[in-house]
Amino acid sequence: MPESISKAVTAENISVGYGKVTVAGGISFIVEKGEILTLIGPNGAGKSTVLKSISAQLPLLGGKVFINGDELSAVGAKKLSKELALVLTERIHSERMTCRDIASTGRYPYTGRLGLLTEEDEKAVDEAMTLTGVSHLADVDFREISDGQRQCVMLARAIAQQPDVLLLDEPTSFLDINHKLGLLSLLRKLTKQKNIAVIQSLHELDLAQRFSDKLVCIKDKQAVLVGSPEEVFSGNFIEELYGIENGSFHNSYCIVEPQGTNGVPEVFVIGGGGKAIPVYRELNRKGIPFAAGIIHENDIEYPAASSLASVLFTENAYEPIGEKNIKAALKVLEKCSRVICCHESFGTMNGGNAVLRDKAIEIGSIVTN
Amino acid sequence: METKKSRRIRYAAGFSALIILAAFLFAVNIVMGSSRISFGETADILFGSAPDSPAKKIITDIRLPRTAAAMLLGGALAVSGFLLQCFFDNPIAGPYVLGISSGAKLAVAAVMISSLKHGIILGSWVMVLASFVGSLVSMGLILLISGKVKNMAQLIISGVMIGYICSSITEIAVTFADDANIVNLHNWSMGSFSGTDMEDVKIIAVIVLVGTVAAFLMSKPLSAYQLGESYAANLGIDLKLFRLLLILISSLLSACVTAFAGPVSFVGVAVPHLMKSLFGTAKPIVIIPASFIGGAAVCMLCDLAARLIFSPTELSISTVTAVFGAPVVIVIMLRRESQRRRG
Repeated sequence: MPESISKAVTAENISVGYGKVTVAGGISFIVEKGEILTLIGPNGAGKSTVLKSISAQLPLLGGKVFINGDELSAVGAKKLSKELALVLTERIHSERMTCRDIASTGRYPYTGRLGLLTEEDEKAVDEAMTLTGVSHLADVDFREISDGQRQCVMLARAIAQQPDVLLLDEPTSFLDINHKLGLLSLLRKLTKQKNIAVIQSLHELDLAQRFSDKLVCIKDKQAVLVGSPEEVFSGNFIEELYGIENGSFHNSYCIVEPQGTNGVPEVFVIGGGGKAIPVYRELNRKGIPFAAGIIHENDIEYPAASSLASVLFTENAYEPIGEKNIKAALKVLEKCSRVICCHESFGTMNGGNAVLRDKAIEIGSIVTN
Repeated sequence: METKKSRRIRYAAGFSALIILAAFLFAVNIVMGSSRISFGETADILFGSAPDSPAKKIITDIRLPRTAAAMLLGGALAVSGFLLQCFFDNPIAGPYVLGISSGAKLAVAAVMISSLKHGIILGSWVMVLASFVGSLVSMGLILLISGKVKNMAQLIISGVMIGYICSSITEIAVTFADDANIVNLHNWSMGSFSGTDMEDVKIIAVIVLVGTVAAFLMSKPLSAYQLGESYAANLGIDLKLFRLLLILISSLLSACVTAFAGPVSFVGVAVPHLMKSLFGTAKPIVIIPASFIGGAAVCMLCDLAARLIFSPTELSISTVTAVFGAPVVIVIMLRRESQRRRG
């Protein structure tokens, strides 16, 4: 297979915008068939504008886009309509249309002068509706179904168009968590099964991380990084991309934490292994500054503790807790009016925490949890 | 819930009923009138070889062209209304409420008055042209406004205002026009199918049939346009060309109505809506022909009422169509509102 054919969409240093106003520029990426590429970035960064430009609804202000190896501006509207399909955020104003009517509009590029569906068209619509799991809604009015179902019908419509490239603008926006997962899983299945390239924009970083083969990160009018989820979700990149100031972001599970309460700790939490996470959250909710420790840097509760505790004692991963660390922690613990211990017993690596607990019992500030 | 088969039955039944109704009204309009002419005599005049008589004159020179005009122009209005509703994505759009008819009226009145002043009697084609130009100017204004207001009601209010302005100017022009034809002019500016002759009907038939067939041939892109501009563009529609054609066809159809019958209210809004309810769909390929037949039937019925209710005094056609059409508009607005509330 020649190289240009497997690459469904290639963008070469494109600039996009309205009229003469550039919304975003310097964007380059390649999407192959069977891949999902996701655009992420702050509100107003130009994700939707990129999608509109790739679908030829807005003229490119610079650079080139190739669809199946042909330059976008040279592909006629008719040909493009068989190669590229859309699912948009905006809700459509359907009037007296069944879900099947909606899905059938995807056959538009294939029907004749009057748009009457042939047997083959009907089959393609049936197949698309089955794939997206909305066959049972075929005869129901589009206005009467849920948002999640609506999005699946719109997806069926796009699939019925038999495209090589599918563009989706924030497809999960109006959906609850179960439907978000359902839609993206379906999308992943479809890209593989139908060998379609998907380009989408998403707001949900956790979903973007798990359901994308490639990510394009747009900020301050340009693509700041194009790469795999592993490349994008590393270091402080996401915090910088979104300019996160009102909390913190942690890469591995794509979680966020609010800002911690600063100040002299009133409570000392002896945690580790995830058991203290609910305690951290409760103290954070009540606005009580607390100290936490001693936990290992690879502990599951490390992201929460490091974000929420005003003082945190940590030990290197896989090392037993050291004397120096214990001494420093004891100093803080002695000044706290309450000590919450989340463990009944300690193992080899966190044995040092037993010293903290015993000290708390001695001074009578212990509260077991 | 409606399956494919039940839908087909519904379409067949709907079209049959409409055609029968329209044919029935056509016959009634020819038989009934202020001069009593029996059914047998009418049939004889139309299909036999009755000798020349006042009755024959009434049937062939007055009632037949008038009924044919009501039928064709009614169909044209409803189709024009449907096109405008699709164009503006607004269920209460129509040539009358958007002021397009009034713009056409103003242009026709201006041309008529100035030509009468110079003693020239202009042909019907010139009137249609004037009306078309007037429609396009009003349409242009509405398009400018629609770029600024997105709210359905605001757009309609703007249209109604444009309509008032055009009507006022027309009234002033008519008031100061000093000619024997002033009475005709006044009647026409109120809206009436009277005074159409067979020559006019031929012109009407050509324009209306061309316009309606053109509209019907656009039903495929119209169905895509109903999903919104982005989807339509993605499906390969040249939006600029499509919009231009839509404006030209809808303006031509409503201009033809205004040139021959003056402004006729509410048929353009109400009939497409009634057809959507009757057929349970908004598919242009069904609604365009249905609106044509339905509009024809409604206008024939309203013209019959205008002629007969206070016979021999005639009502203006808009007086009757408003009574039937305005409540439909209110119902649409209420239904929209309740839908919006439900989310």
